[in-house]
Amino acid sequence: MSVASGETILEINNIEVVYNHTIQVLRGLSLSVEAGQIVALLGSNGAGKTTTLKAVSNMLGLERGAITAGSIRFEGNDIRTTAPHALVRGGLFHVMEGRRIFPDLSVDENLIAATYALAGRDKADADFEAVFDYFPRLRERRTGIAGYLSGGEQQMLALGRALIARPKLILMDEPSLGLSPVLVEEIFRIIRRINEERGVSILLVEQNAAMALSVANYGYIMEQGKIVIDGTVEKLAGDRDVREFYLGAGVGAGGLKSFRDVKHYKRRKRWLS
Amino acid sequence: MSPALLDFVEFSLAGLCVGALYALTGIGFVVVYKATRIINFAIGEFMMIGAYFFFGLAAQASLPNWAAIILALIAAGTVGGFLERFIFRRLIGESAISVFMVTIGLASIMVGLVEIAWTADPRSLPTFLPDRPFFVPLGSAEAFLASKNGWSFIIVAAIMAAFITVFRFWRGGIALRATAADQQAAYSVGINVPGVFSFAWILGAITAAAAGILVGSISGISSAMGAIGLSLIVVVIVGGLDSLAGALVGGLMIGWLESMASLYIGGEYKQVATFVILLLVLVVKPYGLFGTHDIERL
Ligand SMILES: Nc1ncnc2c1ncn2[C@@H]1O[C@H](COP(=O)(O)OP(=O)(O)OP(=O)(O)O)[C@@H](O)[C@H]1O
Ligand SMILES: [Mg+2]
Repeated sequence: MSVASGETILEINNIEVVYNHTIQVLRGLSLSVEAGQIVALLGSNGAGKTTTLKAVSNMLGLERGAITAGSIRFEGNDIRTTAPHALVRGGLFHVMEGRRIFPDLSVDENLIAATYALAGRDKADADFEAVFDYFPRLRERRTGIAGYLSGGEQQMLALGRALIARPKLILMDEPSLGLSPVLVEEIFRIIRRINEERGVSILLVEQNAAMALSVANYGYIMEQGKIVIDGTVEKLAGDRDVREFYLGAGVGAGGLKSFRDVKHYKRRKRWLS
Repeated sequence: MSPALLDFVEFSLAGLCVGALYALTGIGFVVVYKATRIINFAIGEFMMIGAYFFFGLAAQASLPNWAAIILALIAAGTVGGFLERFIFRRLIGESAISVFMVTIGLASIMVGLVEIAWTADPRSLPTFLPDRPFFVPLGSAEAFLASKNGWSFIIVAAIMAAFITVFRFWRGGIALRATAADQQAAYSVGINVPGVFSFAWILGAITAAAAGILVGSISGISSAMGAIGLSLIVVVIVGGLDSLAGALVGGLMIGWLESMASLYIGGEYKQVATFVILLLVLVVKPYGLFGTHDIERL
């Protein structure tokens, strides 16, 4: 499953997104993902990260949102009017924020549901074993109801569904949400493995900036619907603003782990001054 | 065997047979509700058009009964699919109450069209069920069960068994349940959600039409037969709108209770009994007996 690197697999060009015909959330956002890379998209609450991913996977129509300007290209093709399920079948998989597993279906049935992503492909066999190799804990709970899994296991199931779909690009929205630090480490190790072993490109949205940059090749930082800083991970890690506001370097003894803490820190600073 | 007990058994059997038809129609309602969250108030009228299609094909076009049944079901399914594609799909995202109103309007339109095509006069359907009644042994006596009732119970049981098997072993059942649970997430794993909607409407219309043909063959057809939809709404609310098992149990229960009410209180009070049950269930279990989701406040 090798993907020629150096090619751009996803290119978002100057898009604007409006909800309910009134609330503008994205204001000329551009970013691109090179094939085979992990690209991090960071930003504070409400910056528009989830909206960006939904614009790509064409889910905005389901919540009265619309792209009003700009273009989105996946493997060179304009995908703004492609139906969401058709995009998935074409290799673009969105692991949505909050995991969104089917709670009253079993683990197996959740994975079977994802085999719809293989419709219309040449080799349409679903590889359940591969999922259980990445996530042995899911194998033990195959027949269990997904709604009763722990948060971490549900995230594994969400990633497992993506693996079944054998995508070329995964849009991943906050995989660390609500997980303990140990589990976050485990999930990110697997994200990196999926990228390395299967050559899947990943656009990774995260609040946990340090963790995201530890696996990514390239990063974008957005504020209020626009990209404000971008660069290689090395460049971002060296940037003063990024260090202060996203990685929390130089603040306190242990440093801050995520932007939530930074916001807290900023608030405190305001109070004190 | 005392005559009172015999009455009880005979009315119970007849009630359960009517209940089986409620259950079948209820399934037609639940399938649509599960996939699309639309409350289809026109469910009784879907039964009616199925029965009239059969009447037109068998009594008027003189097709053999089996061919008329198959064609009537196909025609009803086509109507369901057509309505989904050109009306209900356009209403996605509209409030539940406006879509509900559309189904009420649809019910009147269907009644109107049937009256234009076949007038409002009651008619009887050609008989296609064997007419030897059933006698259920009961100690020293035998309980009588009308042939049409007994046969429709058997047919409904067979359709239900087919339903359950198909939904357990066919991937489409998972697609339906996934769509019911979370539409966006269903899209996100590659499920063709509009395709699921179409399928649900087609299946719902066919199921209701099958029930309509059976009901019509028992008690005749008329353009007012869709009024049975009122009892049906009770059935599915009692069962929990999104539960197939709920429609089954709710249907049998309401059918039996109505029969008991007409035995002990008098036929004209059976609807009252139905609504008392509805109230009781809603007070004790607001999601219905088997429902998993909030019933939308209308
Ligand atoms: N369906 C919607 N209708 C109206 N406004 C919305 C909708 N979804 C999101 N918004 C608004 O758009 C803005 C961006 O939301 P979005 O979910 O994209 O942010 P985010 O960067 O993912 O935030 P978080 O880190 O909290 O997940 C927010 O102000 C939000 O209130
Ligand atoms: Mg978000």
